Amino acid sequence: MRWSDRIFGLAALALGVAYVLGARAIETPFAVDPLGPRTFPVIVGTTLALTGLWPLLVPDPEPDWPRGRALAELAGAVAILLAYTVLLEPLGFVPATVLAAALLAWRLGGSLPESALFALLCAVGLRLVFVDVLELSLPRGLLGW
Amino acid sequence: MDVLTALLEGFATALTPTHLALAVLGCVLGTLVGALPGLGPSNGVAILVPLAFSLGLPATSALILLTSVYYGAMYGGRISSILLNIPGDEPALMTTLDGHPMAKAGRAGEALALSGIASFVGGVCATLGLVLLAPLLARFALLFGPAEYFALYVLAFATLGGLAARNPVKALFAAALGLGLALVGYDTTTGIPRFTFGLVELYEGIDFLVAIVGLFAVSEVFVFVERGLRELPHPGRLGRVTVPLATLRRCAGSMLRGTGIGFVAGVLPGAGASLGSFLAYTTEKRVSDREGTFGRGDPRGVAAPEAGNNAAAGGALVPMLTLGVPGSGTTAVLLAVLMALDVTPGPLLFERQPDVVWGLVAALFFANLVLLALNLPLVGLFVRLLRVPPRHLMPLVAMVSFVGIHSISNNPFDLQLVIAFGVLGWVLRRLDVPLVPVILGILLGNEMEDNLRRALLIADGDWTVLWGSPLAVGLWTVAVLGFFGPVLAGPWLRRRRARLLAARD
Repeated sequence: MRWSDRIFGLAALALGVAYVLGARAIETPFAVDPLGPRTFPVIVGTTLALTGLWPLLVPDPEPDWPRGRALAELAGAVAILLAYTVLLEPLGFVPATVLAAALLAWRLGGSLPESALFALLCAVGLRLVFVDVLELSLPRGLLGW
Repeated sequence: MDVLTALLEGFATALTPTHLALAVLGCVLGTLVGALPGLGPSNGVAILVPLAFSLGLPATSALILLTSVYYGAMYGGRISSILLNIPGDEPALMTTLDGHPMAKAGRAGEALALSGIASFVGGVCATLGLVLLAPLLARFALLFGPAEYFALYVLAFATLGGLAARNPVKALFAAALGLGLALVGYDTTTGIPRFTFGLVELYEGIDFLVAIVGLFAVSEVFVFVERGLRELPHPGRLGRVTVPLATLRRCAGSMLRGTGIGFVAGVLPGAGASLGSFLAYTTEKRVSDREGTFGRGDPRGVAAPEAGNNAAAGGALVPMLTLGVPGSGTTAVLLAVLMALDVTPGPLLFERQPDVVWGLVAALFFANLVLLALNLPLVGLFVRLLRVPPRHLMPLVAMVSFVGIHSISNNPFDLQLVIAFGVLGWVLRRLDVPLVPVILGILLGNEMEDNLRRALLIADGDWTVLWGSPLAVGLWTVAVLGFFGPVLAGPWLRRRRARLLAARD
């Protein structure tokens, strides 16, 4: 059974229907132009729903989804990056980047010491290039640097 | 000859020390990104866009930097194709056919030099073509009213999924998804918030830079993580990076044919560089392959597709600048840059901001020269960079992307949105849904709605106005043909390409 495309089609259909319902709920105080703010979203939502029907009825062959370990690695990478977005402000750019880059490099197959060294160089290098050369502002955080 | 005067003024704009330095920097970064396996021009430009933007560069300078990156990545793509047999992106795929066999036969240096020269020929000729064709098209585009623009956008979406997408319905889904995302935020006409779910962060709409970085840069990181690609093959020895004059003479015709085909494919909406290099290669094979040497390391099989994909890269700038409709993924990203810089592409760009257009054109000529210099004597440096393992490269890509987005928004919500787009991009790629229509939808959504509403406002709500002029009818016809043509031709094209790739191994 080709489940992936059927689920995808169903999701697209649901998204389209929800989009149309959402569009119809947009309040229009007075008509400024013949179409108003609803019509185009309704067209877009309808297209979404209709394009969902095709994969639902005529699904493509199953893509090769990652299983087990690969999926866990992927989830891990997403978690590392999400943690980075949360820690960036409180910790500051350099500590947060060292943490995230070291973990990513380690999960991509580096040894722990090597990944840590790489991450340190990476964070300090980026900090120098972006803040001192390009004069962008990055969160200074704990270290104040 | 007003084009010539304008071009000279363009050179005056471009040839300032700052601009030259930006062009050189862009070429180096672009070649670097292009040379790295798995990263192509659209990834390269996507990573660097937010940075160029947050540096507060003026429009012309930012554009010079980013188009240099674009051209550089087109040049650089061939390095990993030839040496590692891993194309950085689709257009570079055809270069592996004869380029990698040449490398295996110990002629890697020759293949690199030859492809560098072919890229130069393609790139320069295409820039000349841009000079000649763009003003004509811009004048023609002045005839466009709201109804024609709406039809043009439909055409862009209908053709963009084009030959690359295996499933045109999924390309259509991608376009609708992009349009749907574009409508989030205040309605530009009435000021009513739409699809914001009461989240203040969404009132201003979704920044397309966030979407681009997520879909093109962060999703690439996820692909590497999930595949667990640990080490890349060793590039091997280069040999001397020169081409014998006799080979060059033998390849001259291939380069010119490749250039012509590539340029036309680039200008046509939706065809782009992938089709350009494919057609350049197959035509060349038909014209020149008398002894059956193609696919076994024939220099002409390197020269033609390389000239083709660089010419297509230049050609794709024509519709992007004159109509505001990009012909490929990377030009879609460049369009995003223009819009972020408050430069509205289209016919009026040529009248109102000629310095931007002609400065860009002059910079392109210069960039090609820089790239030729970078790619002949210095190619060894870039080759050494191929040894950077993915475990160092990918965290760097992620961090640079984040810094770029953070520096324009200063908001963790936008970074989380980038990750969400990264995951979305990864899932969609797995499902064979092309990402370029999503980007194009996000970019053009509001324009498309505006034009539709303006057209109907003028016509007092009469929908037939949308196909009320011969021009509009023509655009709708091309859109329909453009959508259904690939449905018929696509499978044939992909079978042929698969056969070519299979024949080599």
